[in-house]
Amino acid sequence: MLSDEKIKFLGLKANEIRRTVIETLVNAGSGHTAGSLGTADVFAYLFFHALNHDPKKPDWSERDRLIVSNGHICPVLYATLAHASYFPVKNLIGSLRKFGSPFQGHPQRDFLPVLENSSGPLGEGLAQAVGMVLAEKIDSGGETSNGGFASKFFFCILSDAELQEGSTWEAIMLAAKEQLGNLIAIVDRNKIQIDGFTEKIMPLEPLREKWETFNWHTAEINGHDFQELDEAILAAKTFHLKPSVIIAHTIPGKGVKEFENKPEWHGKVPNKEEGRQALEQLK
Amino acid sequence: MTNSQTKLKSTRAGFDEGLVLAGEKNERVVALTADLKESVCMSAFAEKFPKRFIEVGVAEQNLAGVASGMAAMGKIPFIGSFAIFSPGRNWEQIRTTICYNNQPVKIVGSHAGLSASLDGGSHQMLEDIALTRVLPNLIVLSPCDAIEAKKMTVAAAEIDKPVYIRLSRAETPIVTSEETPFEIGKAEIFLKKKRSDLSTDLRFNLEDKERSDLKKSEVGIITTGTMVHKALAAAKELSESGINVSVMNLSTIKPLDEKAIIKLAKETGAIVTVEEHQIAGGMGSAVAELLAQNYPVPMEFIGVKNQFGQTGTYEELLNFYGLNVLHIKQAVRRVMKKKG
Repeated sequence: MLSDEKIKFLGLKANEIRRTVIETLVNAGSGHTAGSLGTADVFAYLFFHALNHDPKKPDWSERDRLIVSNGHICPVLYATLAHASYFPVKNLIGSLRKFGSPFQGHPQRDFLPVLENSSGPLGEGLAQAVGMVLAEKIDSGGETSNGGFASKFFFCILSDAELQEGSTWEAIMLAAKEQLGNLIAIVDRNKIQIDGFTEKIMPLEPLREKWETFNWHTAEINGHDFQELDEAILAAKTFHLKPSVIIAHTIPGKGVKEFENKPEWHGKVPNKEEGRQALEQLK
Repeated sequence: MTNSQTKLKSTRAGFDEGLVLAGEKNERVVALTADLKESVCMSAFAEKFPKRFIEVGVAEQNLAGVASGMAAMGKIPFIGSFAIFSPGRNWEQIRTTICYNNQPVKIVGSHAGLSASLDGGSHQMLEDIALTRVLPNLIVLSPCDAIEAKKMTVAAAEIDKPVYIRLSRAETPIVTSEETPFEIGKAEIFLKKKRSDLSTDLRFNLEDKERSDLKKSEVGIITTGTMVHKALAAAKELSESGINVSVMNLSTIKPLDEKAIIKLAKETGAIVTVEEHQIAGGMGSAVAELLAQNYPVPMEFIGVKNQFGQTGTYEELLNFYGLNVLHIKQAVRRVMKKKG
């Protein structure tokens, strides 16, 4: 159980992250607003509670890994890393999507080495996460005393629409076959994609049953509720021989009424006035 | 061309031995396949190091992405499939998860060229050099025989970069020996003048003093992979008619050994490239890009001309697509005419 204080703290962090997302996107003039705002609570929860990491030692080999498969939501990743002290927030605000900046339009490790992976094209991150866990499994020589094989966990954030990529399901099958208990996928179930609502473009439901049938442990939660997130992650960690997926229902554009649940905000950014109004709502 | 004593062995079989050696030398070496363990010759490794071998099923896109993740955790993954599927099917995963992420995955494409001969055009890969040599960070290798394939595999494991190794199913003559130098990025001249003493199995190494005779060659043949022994046979026959040619084994297609290629162009004044691949975008194109900018000389290209393959025996296909000794000899004579 998260304490009330912790929940309040995470809420404040998520709000700071959302504000930074708006500021960077207004300056960038292009980018992805809806998914970045929608996953701010998940990112705040991971970086300020769940992940075992040390911003002072980003190369620490025992850190938990976070693979962001849907690289287009990098404004929230960059903002969270900044608020978690990987680099100063002021470095980020004016330089997202600017030439020579560490904050490339989609994440790139050569430009920003604290990233675990460079990404952008959809349907690839889960395979990379599966590979990481497989390497860990080989190194551990199999099982450890707690029934799992590793002391660290591998989180992979995916968009819901990238489940339309067949390659994602190749990775899903392999993770189940190899019993990768230390793998926890979090699907940002915001039900929108560039061309419209997922259930109209290419229906994903029944989504939980699909993962279940592929032999994963599944959970379905409100992605804006820190308590539900925490319970789901703690439960996932007890499945040593099954990978876990947490389908996190989120509101795309969360926090700014004008942007919420509107597919057109998937790949659009606020202008200065819209940004000002958004920041008013995120006080 | 080759007599009954000539030892025939495929480059994939050489890879088989090299992979086990690489695995013995470094426990970080792992191998993954997409349901083609036997065909790609990963069985010996899988048997020796079962815990370091992963079968991903018929899923080449996943093969590339998973290997990228393993490399990110410090492994040296070799991924094996038919070249048509990897790097064919999974080119974008190779581009993004391996090359763009700069992870040292070794992509092994077997049955390249026309060597999936009886399987027909769907399984023959004549476009892989074009697909791979355009990718930043990626090293592109193409062994001329089983011995070179073995050395190349060990060398690929030792270099901290992504690598593509192009292999053939065809059993071709051994043209190098264990002593022949191999270094990634270095082209070797195998034959450069009349050699009446050329051994029947085409196995020879040049003494340093002989290298100075290079300028006596009238044409330089630059070739790679399974075409090297064909080019050597053509060179031998041409030398009997008084035409001296040099044969360069371009086993590293990217990065090119620019110095050696320009030197050969300067010394011979005419170049023929020979490859079991589409002419468009292939090894010859890479050579032409280099020479056009640095030392233009008349060139002829031997390769497949904008066609798909088809079913036939390997030799039937080489004849049909113009990739045999006769065609190489004709190209040499054509380029000599252009030279004037």
